[in-house]
Amino acid sequence: MEILVASAIGVLTAGGTYLILRLRAFPVILGLALLSYAVNVFLFASGRLATNMPPILDKSGADVSYTDPLPQALVLTAIVISFGMTAVLVMVSLGAYLERESDEINIPHPDDDLSDDTATEDGK
Amino acid sequence: MGDGGGFLPVIAMLPFLGALVPGVMIRAGRNACATFTAIPTALALVMLLTHLPAVMAGEVITKEITWLPQLGLSASFFLDGLGMLFAVMILGVGLLITLYARFYLSGEDPMGQFYTYLLLFQGAMLGIVLSNNILLLLVFWELTSLSSFLLIGYWKHLPEGRQGARMALTVTGAGGLAMIGGMLILGNIVGSYELTDILAAGDQIKASEWYLPALILILLGAFTKSAQFPFHFWLPHAMAAPTPVSAYLHSATMVKAGVFLMARMWPALAGTEPWFYIVATVGLITMVLGALIALFKDDLKALLAFSTVSHLGLLTMLLGFGTEAAAIAAVFHIINHLTFKAALFMTAGIVDHETHTRDIKRLGGLAKLMPITATIGTLAALSMAGIPLFNGFLSKEMMLEEASHTYWFENPWIVPALATIGALLSVGYSLRFIFHTFGGPVRDDYPHHPHDPPRGMWLAPAFLTVLVILIGVMPWIAEPVVTMAANAVTGADLHPHLKIWHGVTPALFMSIAAIIGGAILLVLHRPLDAAWLRAPRPEAKAIFDRLIGWAVSGARWVTDTTHNGAISRYLAIFVAVTVVAGFVAWTGGGMPDVTRGLLPIPPVVAIGYVLLVAATLAVVLMHRNRFGSLVIIGIIGLMISAGFVYLSAPDLALTQISVETVTIMLLLLALHFLPKTTPKESPLGLRIRDGIIALGAGGGVAALAYAFLLRDMSVISDYHLANSYDGGGGTNVVNVILVDFRGYDTYGEIIVLGIAGLIIFALMEALLNGPASRRLRNTDYSQDRSRDRHPLMMVVATRVMMPIAVMVGVYIFLRGHNMPGGGFVAGLVIAIALLMQYMASGFGWTMARQQIEYHALIGWGVVIAGLTGAGAWLAGHPFLTSAFGYVHLPPIEEFELATAALFDLGVFLAVNGAVMLMLYSLSRIARYAGETVNIDPMDYDPTSRLEDREKEEER
Repeated sequence: MEILVASAIGVLTAGGTYLILRLRAFPVILGLALLSYAVNVFLFASGRLATNMPPILDKSGADVSYTDPLPQALVLTAIVISFGMTAVLVMVSLGAYLERESDEINIPHPDDDLSDDTATEDGK
Repeated sequence: MGDGGGFLPVIAMLPFLGALVPGVMIRAGRNACATFTAIPTALALVMLLTHLPAVMAGEVITKEITWLPQLGLSASFFLDGLGMLFAVMILGVGLLITLYARFYLSGEDPMGQFYTYLLLFQGAMLGIVLSNNILLLLVFWELTSLSSFLLIGYWKHLPEGRQGARMALTVTGAGGLAMIGGMLILGNIVGSYELTDILAAGDQIKASEWYLPALILILLGAFTKSAQFPFHFWLPHAMAAPTPVSAYLHSATMVKAGVFLMARMWPALAGTEPWFYIVATVGLITMVLGALIALFKDDLKALLAFSTVSHLGLLTMLLGFGTEAAAIAAVFHIINHLTFKAALFMTAGIVDHETHTRDIKRLGGLAKLMPITATIGTLAALSMAGIPLFNGFLSKEMMLEEASHTYWFENPWIVPALATIGALLSVGYSLRFIFHTFGGPVRDDYPHHPHDPPRGMWLAPAFLTVLVILIGVMPWIAEPVVTMAANAVTGADLHPHLKIWHGVTPALFMSIAAIIGGAILLVLHRPLDAAWLRAPRPEAKAIFDRLIGWAVSGARWVTDTTHNGAISRYLAIFVAVTVVAGFVAWTGGGMPDVTRGLLPIPPVVAIGYVLLVAATLAVVLMHRNRFGSLVIIGIIGLMISAGFVYLSAPDLALTQISVETVTIMLLLLALHFLPKTTPKESPLGLRIRDGIIALGAGGGVAALAYAFLLRDMSVISDYHLANSYDGGGGTNVVNVILVDFRGYDTYGEIIVLGIAGLIIFALMEALLNGPASRRLRNTDYSQDRSRDRHPLMMVVATRVMMPIAVMVGVYIFLRGHNMPGGGFVAGLVIAIALLMQYMASGFGWTMARQQIEYHALIGWGVVIAGLTGAGAWLAGHPFLTSAFGYVHLPPIEEFELATAALFDLGVFLAVNGAVMLMLYSLSRIARYAGETVNIDPMDYDPTSRLEDREKEEER
């Protein structure tokens, strides 16, 4: 199980990293979404893995063990906040696209070897 | 060690407090402003002098106020002979400068500012000489750099003033940084940052292997401050300051701070070979070089500036000798230099003020026009030259005497010879100052016809000149002060005897040679000057400017290469550096042993895992097809939710799945306006590079995650588990943590979320009012739009589902404290229920039925959560302490009422409002883009579809 979780985090991170290095806003947003998944699972996993031990207290008094609730609480808010972050980013890139009619993320730069083939001055 | 030092912190603080006043008092006039500058100075001086008898008797007065004991930093002050001497000099000369500046500054200069800066500087200097804690001393040391920057650059309109101020700040600031390092090493060697401890631990320091680094770093600080070679160049450029500043900074205070520090550290650092060779050699070079340059300077203040450099070199050399007699000579010369140099600077200022020039070549004959000024200047300059019966002679004799028996690398004559040359040059420029300014015939081409200034202006230099002569004729009157300070420097019990006639000694012959040689230099000045001007010599300012230029272009190069506007480059650099840093940390070792076994992998989980990985790969591979990748990314979210369920995190699963839903909705809405595909534009090389970076990052994170998943560590959650029910009243520990244990965090988070919602709303408003709105209005969506936008089935289904969905939301909210659920999830669920109405029945229809503004929801949420937290104050508990009780109403089961539930309600409202505001803003753009709105639901008649199309085709 641990191998699966760790490698899933790795795959998500690698995919997210590759996508945030693309040159258009939309893949970058997708990449950030993947990275958010990776980070949230990573934080969650810092409480170690456990099955059938949800942190819901058993009032019957039986000797039950629970998984670590603290990372869960932290990740819960992180999930919601990362949604807010994604939303702001989407709005910013949407605004940039509507203003410039291009969703490139890099500022056109005269001696920039990465995007000089697509650099458009676009009247600016 | 005496006590009763209660006054010391007050003395140190007085100038700072006083600095608040002149800026206000300038409204009452220039005299009031100057008076109120003098009052705190005078008050501090009087308080200081009450300690004089005790200090004279050899007592050390201390006062400690604990500040940050963990760092070894305390506001502790001490006053001994050396501190007393410097403090009196700083405050006494400060008073004279205040008087002088009152008449020197013109009506256009902002005098309030000047006096404020002056008092700040005075306070910083006073702090240096009174500090007992070297960290505190460093703070004051930096303060002198900063406040002297303000003073030197006081005439902001002069480019030389600004450049000089910058140069002084750069050089002394850099030295200060080095000194911080040195002081920290010193503190580590001794184990205390208190000067009294450090001075007592001299042997321990000198024996330490860290002695040399500490010495060099501290000396760098002292040398830069005291303008020692090769850092001497900033001082002449600081002469662009108003003359009162030059007189204050370069006679008594700023540049003496370095000398003070060397004297202060004398017992701890001096007396070793490195000390002698570094300090004495640098001092000797500076003394000769400064005097040589001074001889050929035509600007009166530049001449005095290089003379100051030379005399500071002399003091440094004396301290470098490391003998007690040399220390006595140094202390005595500090006093003498102060008296004649401050007077000379003020004289130069008067000459400048009256003739409007400081160029010696345009002056001469002033003795007849300004007799008082000429008398003061001549007497002070004779003392600078070291002519008998003036105080400069006495200390110079002592210096020559010390130099005459100093060996430099076994060489008996080099130090005496160079010292004599230095003295000789000093006589030369002093005589030139006298004869070329005041001597000679009266000219008729002064830029302004001079006459003696008002009394207020010459009073201060006249007072100092009286001291020059008094000490010169009756040296024994300075004896107690010199004894007091010299004993404090050396830590020994010395009884020096200052006298004019020492008998026929080598120093006498050196003095005579210096005076005769200096007179010859004056006679030969014209041909020598011509030769000097022809000779090539390095210009320090040009070198400094070139160095700064290199630093700037280097910084610019780094910025331009790494920060060129390409975000993908920043991200690549950032990720690569993080991966490398992680790898380096991993190679450092220190991994604990594996303590956990592996959990088994059931087949269902394995299938989910394969789905997740395949979906991720698919998103990466087909990311150019934007809709497709958006659909697939949903699979990833779903699998992660399922994973949370399996791994005992039901709350996370609920949150993840509902966030997933709104995220996809949001991205779909955004994609409506964005291009539907991503062009293929990165070259293969770039993709390979990014692939390598991505694999590195993924591999690193996976390895890290795997490493800690196999190891246990101590957690703090046991406390939460144990107290969740008893203290927080809930069995869902995650929810109790959110609304109770870590309620403050949650409170901050809902505020952040609310702000994110408002940002999106504001961005939308800005977009719709900006140039983008025209483009939006002209968008043509006819190609990709379903004609039946609000299908009957969907409208009916969502209407029916609405109450159920809301009830589910309420249920999830209410059970949250004990079972999985809570405000976050409930807020999201209700948001989804509402969004369904938007999607099915259309924006206009839904908006017409909206009762509450989403902004208000966010606001109410935050207010309710905040008030719940603040309610705890009423009960006398800290913010967000929760209370709970159990209520039993007959028809239903016993249930719990907790203030935490109220807090959760705030969370619910804020989350719901923020999410709705975000999606509503995006939908409004669509509406603005010309999308028609149904007046009634289902107002579209599918039967008319054919007719519509025909109509469109006709157009």
